[in-house]
Amino acid sequence: MEEFFQQLTNGLAVGGIYALIALGYTMVYGVLKLINFAHGDLFTIGAFLGLTLLTSLGLTDSVGPVAGLLVLAVMVVILVGVVGFLLERVAYRPLRTSPRLSAVVSALGASIFFQNAIMLIWGARPLVYPHGLLPNITVDVFGVELPLIRIIMFAISVVLMCGLYYLTHKTRIGTAIRAAAIDQGAAKLMGIDVNRVISLVFMIGPALGGAAGVMVGLYYGQINFTMGWLYGLKAFTAAILGGIGNIPGAMLGGLILGVVESLGAAYISIAWKDAISFLVLILILIVRPTGLLGERVADKV
Amino acid sequence: MIIKKQDILYLAGAALFACSPLVLDAYWTDVLNNIGLYAILALSLNIILGQCGLFQMGHAAFFAVGAYSSAILNTMFDIPLLWTMPVAGILAGLFGLIVARPIIHLRGDYLLIVTIGIVEIIRIALINDVGGLTGGANGIFGIDRPILFGLKIKRPHQFFYLIWGFCAATIFLFHRLENSRFGRALNYIKDDDVAAEGSGIDISRYKLTAFVIGAFWAGMVGTIFAGKMKIISPESFSFWESVLLFTIVILGGMGSIRGVLLGAFLIIGLPELFRDFASARMLIFGAAMVAMMIFRTQGLLPPLPRRYDVSRFFSKAEGEQS
Repeated sequence: MEEFFQQLTNGLAVGGIYALIALGYTMVYGVLKLINFAHGDLFTIGAFLGLTLLTSLGLTDSVGPVAGLLVLAVMVVILVGVVGFLLERVAYRPLRTSPRLSAVVSALGASIFFQNAIMLIWGARPLVYPHGLLPNITVDVFGVELPLIRIIMFAISVVLMCGLYYLTHKTRIGTAIRAAAIDQGAAKLMGIDVNRVISLVFMIGPALGGAAGVMVGLYYGQINFTMGWLYGLKAFTAAILGGIGNIPGAMLGGLILGVVESLGAAYISIAWKDAISFLVLILILIVRPTGLLGERVADKV
Repeated sequence: MIIKKQDILYLAGAALFACSPLVLDAYWTDVLNNIGLYAILALSLNIILGQCGLFQMGHAAFFAVGAYSSAILNTMFDIPLLWTMPVAGILAGLFGLIVARPIIHLRGDYLLIVTIGIVEIIRIALINDVGGLTGGANGIFGIDRPILFGLKIKRPHQFFYLIWGFCAATIFLFHRLENSRFGRALNYIKDDDVAAEGSGIDISRYKLTAFVIGAFWAGMVGTIFAGKMKIISPESFSFWESVLLFTIVILGGMGSIRGVLLGAFLIIGLPELFRDFASARMLIFGAAMVAMMIFRTQGLLPPLPRRYDVSRFFSKAEGEQS
C-alpha cells in the first residue's frame, strides 16, 4: 500500500508537468483548431534556457535558492512566451486560411527547426542541471516519503493552473479568449481583436510549457534536445483525455495520465511505460473522443 | 491506345534515368536508391493521405512490420528474402486492417494523433523484444541479400535496378488505380465525405481498403529495405520516418504521383547535396517546410484537374441533330 501511495505522489508530480504542457496544446487547439507540434520543443527551450540562465547568472548564490529559482522561472516564462509569439507570427498566421494539412506540416517544420536549433546552440549531448539547488528534505506523511521537490513541483503546477483558470474564466481577456475559441467571426463582430487574442494564447501556452521545462530539469536533473517530442505527445494525450480545448480538462487529464503512467510503470512494466500513455490515448479516442470533460467542446468541433 | 507526345518524353526520361548508375559512383547511386525507397513508400502513403485525405502519420509502422517479418522469416527460417516479400506485405496489410478498423472513422487531427501513437507503440514493442523475435534495441542482423534470377544483389548499382524497377511498377499500378473507379471514389471521399456517403459510397469500406493497400505496399518495401541494410533496428522506424513520408506527400502535392516523386527527390536528395553544412541542414529543412507551406500551400506539383470533356460530348450531340 505504501508503494502505491509513493507511486501516486510521484505520478501527481509528473502529472503536474504534463498538465502544464497540455494547457498550451489545449488553448491553441481551442482557438485555432491546430495541433501545435512545436509546443514540445518550446518546452525543451524552456529547460535549456533555464539551465543557461541558472549557470551564467549565478542567481541561486546571490539571492538564495528559492528566490533565485523564482526569478529564473519568471525570466524563462517571458523568453519562451516571446518565442511562442514569434512562432505564431512566422509559421502559423500566414496559414490561417489555408487547408488544415498545411498548418500541420508547418507545425512539424517548426518542430524540426527548433529541435535542430537547440542542438546547434546547446549541443547534442544531454546536459545536467546542478545538484542540490533545493535542500534535499523529505517529509514523511503517514509512512509515505515526500521529497520536498515533489511537493514544490506539484504546488507550482497547481498555482499556475489556478492562475490560468482565473485568467480565462474571471477576467475580460479570458472572456475574449473563450469567445474566440467558440466562434472567431462572432468574436470579431463583438469587437474582439482576434489576432491579439491568438498572439496572447501563443504566449501563455508556451510560457507555461517553458516553466514545465525548468521543472523537469530540476526534477530529473538531465535534459536533452529531443525530449520535447515525448513530453509533447504525452501532454497532448492529456489534453485529449480531458477533452481538447477544455482548460480544466487539460489539468485533470495531465494529472490522471501522470498517475496512470506511474502506476503502470510500477505494477506492469517500466519498459512499457511510454506505450501505456499511447494506449490510453488510442483507447480514449476510440471510446470517448470528446474526452472526460469534453461536452462543451462537442459543439465546437 | 494512342501514344501521346508526353508519354514518349516520360519514357525517354525514364530511360535516361536508368543509365544514371553508369556515370554515378556507389555513394550517389546509394542516394538514388534511398530516394527510390522513400518514393515507393511515399506513393503507398499517397493512396491513404493524398487520394483519400486520411491524415496518416504512422506509415513507418507498416514499413516496420514488413521489414521485421522478412528479417525474421529470413534469419530464423532461412527463407530466401524475396520469397518473404508477399508475406511481409500481407502481414503489414493485415496489421493495417486490424489497426485501422476501430479508428478509421476518426476526424482528421485525431486520426493523425492515433497513428502517431501506433507507430510509437510499435517502436516500443520492437525495443522490448516482443516474443523474443525482434532482437530488442539492437535489432536483427545477418539478413541475406535478395537473390533475383540467381543473381545476388549486393552492390548499390544492382540495388538501383531492383528498387527503381519496383518503383516503376508501383507508379504504373498506382497510376491505373488512381484513374479507376476505386481511385475516383477515394478522391470523392477526400473532397467531401458527406456527399460521397450520400451518393451511396460505403466510405468506411473505401477508407479501410485504401489503408490496407497502402500498408500492404509499405510492408513489401520493408523486405527490400531489410535486404539492402542487412541490419534492421527500431531506430529505422521512428516517428520521424513517418514525418518524412508525410512531408514528401504534402510537399510534392497530395494525390499527385509526379508530385510525390519530386517530393522524394527534394526531401531525401537535397540534404545530401548540402552535406557540407551537415549540422545546419536539418535546421534549414525545418524552415523550408514552413516556408513551403506558406508560399505554396498546395504542394509543388498538385494533381492536374481531372478533365471530363463535356464540350466535345455536347458538340457531337448537336452535330447529330443537325
